Amino acid sequence: MTATAEPTTNEIGKARTRKEDARLITGRSRYTDAITPQGTLHIFVVRSPLAHAKITGIDKSAAESAPGVIGVYTAADLGVEAVGLPNAWPITPDQKSPQRPVLASSTVHFAGEGVAVVVARSAAHARDAADLVEVDYNPLEPVLDMEAAAADGATLVHPDLGTNQSATWVFDSAGAGTGGSVDDAISAAESDADSIVVRRRFRQQRLIPAFMEPRACVVDPTGEQMTIYSATQIPHILRTMTTVVLGVPESKLRVVAPDVGGGFGGKVGVLPEEMLCVVLAQKLRRPVKWTETRSESLLAAHHGRDQIQDITITAKKDGTVTGLDVKLLADMGAYLGLVGPGVPILGAFMFNAIYKIPAYKFTCTNVFTTKTLTDAYRGAGRPEATFAIERIMDELAVELGRDPMELREQNWIKHEEFPFTTVCGLTYDTGNYEQATQQAMELFDYAGLRREQEQRRASGDPVQLGIGISTFTEMCGLAPSRVLGSLSYGAGGWEAAGIRMLATGKVEVITGTSPHGQGLETAFSQIVADQLGVPFEDVEILHGDTQVAPKGLDTYGSRSLAVGGIALVKAAEKVVAKAKKIAAHLLEASEDDIEFSNGTFSVRGTDKGKAIQEIAFAAFMAHDYPEGMEPSLDSDAVYDPENFSFPHGTHLAAVEIDTETGRVELRKYVCVDDIGTVINPLIVEGQVHGGLAQGIAQALFEEANYDDQGTLVNGTFVDYTLPSAADLPSFDTRAVSTPSTSNPLGVKGVGEAGTIASTPAIVNGVIDALRHLGVAEVEMPCTSQRVWRAIQDAKGRSTQETPIDTHSPGAGLGSIDPNNPQGEVQ
Amino acid sequence: MIPSKFDYVKPASVADAVAALEQGGEDAKILAGGHSLIPVLRLRLAAPTLLVDLGGIAELRGIREDGDRVTIGAMTTYYDVLRDDLVKEHVTLLAQATETVADGQVRHRGTLGGSLAHADPAGDLGAVALALDAELTIAGPGGTRTVPASEFFEGLFTTVIGETEILTQISFPRYTGWGSHYEKFNRTAQAWSMCAVAAAIRVDGGTIAEARVGLTNMGATPIRARGVEQALVGQPATADAVRAAAEHATEGTAAPSDADAASDYREHLAKVLTGRAVMAAAG
Amino acid sequence: MAEVRVTVDGVNYTDDVEPRTLLVHHLRERLGKTGTLVGCDTSNCGACTVHLNGQSVKSCTVLAVQADGAEVTTIEGIARDGQLHPVQEAFNEFHALQCGYCTPGMIMQAIDLLGDNPDPDEREVREGIEGNLCRCTGYQNIVRAVQGAAQKMKPGAPADTETPVGVAGGGE
Repeated sequence: MTATAEPTTNEIGKARTRKEDARLITGRSRYTDAITPQGTLHIFVVRSPLAHAKITGIDKSAAESAPGVIGVYTAADLGVEAVGLPNAWPITPDQKSPQRPVLASSTVHFAGEGVAVVVARSAAHARDAADLVEVDYNPLEPVLDMEAAAADGATLVHPDLGTNQSATWVFDSAGAGTGGSVDDAISAAESDADSIVVRRRFRQQRLIPAFMEPRACVVDPTGEQMTIYSATQIPHILRTMTTVVLGVPESKLRVVAPDVGGGFGGKVGVLPEEMLCVVLAQKLRRPVKWTETRSESLLAAHHGRDQIQDITITAKKDGTVTGLDVKLLADMGAYLGLVGPGVPILGAFMFNAIYKIPAYKFTCTNVFTTKTLTDAYRGAGRPEATFAIERIMDELAVELGRDPMELREQNWIKHEEFPFTTVCGLTYDTGNYEQATQQAMELFDYAGLRREQEQRRASGDPVQLGIGISTFTEMCGLAPSRVLGSLSYGAGGWEAAGIRMLATGKVEVITGTSPHGQGLETAFSQIVADQLGVPFEDVEILHGDTQVAPKGLDTYGSRSLAVGGIALVKAAEKVVAKAKKIAAHLLEASEDDIEFSNGTFSVRGTDKGKAIQEIAFAAFMAHDYPEGMEPSLDSDAVYDPENFSFPHGTHLAAVEIDTETGRVELRKYVCVDDIGTVINPLIVEGQVHGGLAQGIAQALFEEANYDDQGTLVNGTFVDYTLPSAADLPSFDTRAVSTPSTSNPLGVKGVGEAGTIASTPAIVNGVIDALRHLGVAEVEMPCTSQRVWRAIQDAKGRSTQETPIDTHSPGAGLGSIDPNNPQGEVQ
Repeated sequence: MIPSKFDYVKPASVADAVAALEQGGEDAKILAGGHSLIPVLRLRLAAPTLLVDLGGIAELRGIREDGDRVTIGAMTTYYDVLRDDLVKEHVTLLAQATETVADGQVRHRGTLGGSLAHADPAGDLGAVALALDAELTIAGPGGTRTVPASEFFEGLFTTVIGETEILTQISFPRYTGWGSHYEKFNRTAQAWSMCAVAAAIRVDGGTIAEARVGLTNMGATPIRARGVEQALVGQPATADAVRAAAEHATEGTAAPSDADAASDYREHLAKVLTGRAVMAAAG
Repeated sequence: MAEVRVTVDGVNYTDDVEPRTLLVHHLRERLGKTGTLVGCDTSNCGACTVHLNGQSVKSCTVLAVQADGAEVTTIEGIARDGQLHPVQEAFNEFHALQCGYCTPGMIMQAIDLLGDNPDPDEREVREGIEGNLCRCTGYQNIVRAVQGAAQKMKPGAPADTETPVGVAGGGE
């Protein structure tokens, strides 16, 4: 399936079990918290309990004299008042960007923001002393509603900015010359009896990435280079940014991302705690360690999504879509994260999705509130876009009285129309929506389930059936550097790779990506094994340490394979090219007569040949090699993609709703994804499963809410309800392939597909089950209470408001009032 | 995270434990299975100075026949309760409800006595104890006393157990041959009950002869749904009759409002779940 | 300080610990058993699951002093003579892990589950591991792995721990 046909394809496509498992299933793992150099000091960050307040005084004296305490520091004590954490994505030239401090100095802007740090000999000492730091606050009005915050006269989060609006970013296909005018499309549709305008508002609730490994950081200042161990997705970016933020020369920094327990975008960040550890390690000349608790993580690690989406779609009554207008408000929280402002913008190019939409306009305003900041979370912009378009296509189908799949098919890009340049100006290289959809519909028994749905409706069954559709596409492989430049992104989109041919025939592969669960050690070994014709077991993948893999842009945006994997291919091609010269020399043949296959260089038409391992040894010995070349096969490559890749798929969900209680049960989920060439079907399947679970969790289970004082209501795993195994069914996931033509492997990327596609499939299913009862919308997550309330509302029965911002008086930890612990707790 | 400092004693007898509580004063806390207390300590929502671990008192563990009753030591774990043959046969509802508590690991450590004494309104076993007319034995400096479940729960997280007293055993009448069911409704499998209904029913010749119904998380304490019970008795075990009786489920409740369920929704759930619990119990 | 004697993965340890020390912190920080992980502070995630006297427990919700005299088995102690436990093997075979952070707890709970129910159906597996959160896999391959392991494990499979070896004052 590879476009570069030369090496064999023994490994690519094979369901290899993972190399990395051996250490992880035996407890031989090394996550950051397991690293404690001799003499390590531990920090605990004193955090603001208030969302918005002036700091009027900090009394450290009791804490400073507590047992085991080395010091207690404010920003002023550390001389970091002027330090600001980086935002690498100014989406507009006039973007308003407040200083994001390492520790708040005069004003706190969200509950959970650090105001002081305790350094002690043990984590317990630091924690104990933190309770003794007395901080006096003068409360200010919290700013909690993004719509109100964006309005004139709102309380300002950062008064010096003069507004709560950080930036407004616009894409207009009329202005860009990639399509028509949406305003024209809307006014034309409004005045045309044969057209229709459908307007809907959707809410993307605030989510928490909730990687399983809490974040941690150890900074060891001993030795010539200061070493930062961090549970991060981005060791390379962290290294560069540490220089930018603190001025430590980049050459004096080594960043190691050891085993990292998941990220999902939540570990794309340059953290105040990381910078504190660096500053304190410099100051105290001792290793300094920070490990967050889960409740700290939920409170202070960046959140995701949180948008209000106003969508207008226009169409002819025959179903032909004529225009799409998207207006977003995106809650940034209190500050701009590393790439936070760009997250909604990443969705800008995906609202048109798989459809031929002639006119498109996207407007997004990023807004400050006094909440935890938002930034990348699995899918980053694309799930929001996919949700909106897939929901509105269902709404359009309802308005037109059409089957929702049939309406989609009428508007999507036909397989013979690829490559297709969209209304956003992106060129989709390959895809076959018909193929994925047909297979999914058959597996799902779409017709059969529709019949069952009719029966249940007719009989008034208390358990109603809904069918949800999501025909998604996304853009992977962030990204061509020139494109990122045009979006003012603060870095390129290339990726680096290196291959070292060891004297004994083993192969060390260096990648600048930084896997944290994706199985790249296995998948990349398969790619290199094929490219070089060496055994899979002989390939070792090195990553996540800037001294080992000095160049890279790390792992996010489904870029590892589509960019990092291709860099490997390029490096391998260079190795083979060098080896070919040496082989020709040793075999006394012309280079033109040398063929390379299955790891052997042979002279065309003869049985003479040498294995690549022999050539590697010859290069190492260097006793006999061609003039004019270096005695080495080792090669590096940096690959800058020419285009994104565009995975797509058809996802179908059957949900059952108990109309008496409102409970939603996911009965069946089928998806057929086209992710191009599959390197390892086992890993692909795992990525899809996990992605689906996260997308379904947004649809049904998870939300981060604040009370009217700006306190996070869902501050532990008791209240932030991740689904367990008992809350999910098994999924039927399949892959089809139209290989990408934008890269030599034909790969597209799979890390985010499941998450992007599944959320609208579920919600469309929920609405579909209830539509005949008069329900047109249920906000996410579609909890039993919301569903029940929607049914009551449709019946015209008034009910109470859904009090999403209320702490639970019952139910375990939510029930304990910290100020008034009652009862005999056993 | 790390709890505040505390002292720890592990007495070998109830008398020693009571003495330790007397010495420890108001900042002493009893450690039973620890699965409510230790998370609270880790989050520093409480900071007792002394923990009195009942884990070393053998007499507090175990399940035995006690005349016409089944008596369970307060420190008997959920796991041991739900697998016990006596409980399964004679106090089936308790086994059924216990199986829904938390998860497998927690059930290995959490205890029946700890759950009842903690008196979390969302805890599952209070409604069972109440519905089944359990009697709870409490030991203190002045000896032991036994209180019926109907007098045990006082309010949110409060029971009649005094500061220097210990819940030692819970005794249930036998409900041999009764049908029973615990109908639990929660947001996710891990989550606490939004609302749950414990029902035990004795059906005689198609007619409900006796009914016991308890409600979880419909007020500050578990609540006995006597209105439902009265409405059920003498009725045929049919869906219509049960549904009509279940309309009484909200009598005497004070449903809380929180993010999972506002009080109107909880009240609605209580009725629906009562109907389901009773129908399932009636078989 | 209180003296705590525990046997962990077949090795005896005696240490003085603060009563507030959680078993998981004792294992990780004093005894160097860093294979057992901490993922939350409310007994929800199950990453810290170990076996205490043969039963799965969340070691973040047990005090080290409560484990005095007990036998603890961690993810580091279930392979025997270089041979992985069938559940470990199945987790690899069925691709039941990605980032690996939930894996030690998930495996320890799966072993406990199979001890009680040697042939669980899908629903029973899902409910049996409901106290263990995973953010990567969507659980499907974990369920498959547990069922796959059940097929491999015959009745009378070896017990959890080997004969204890005494190491007084181990760890520090």
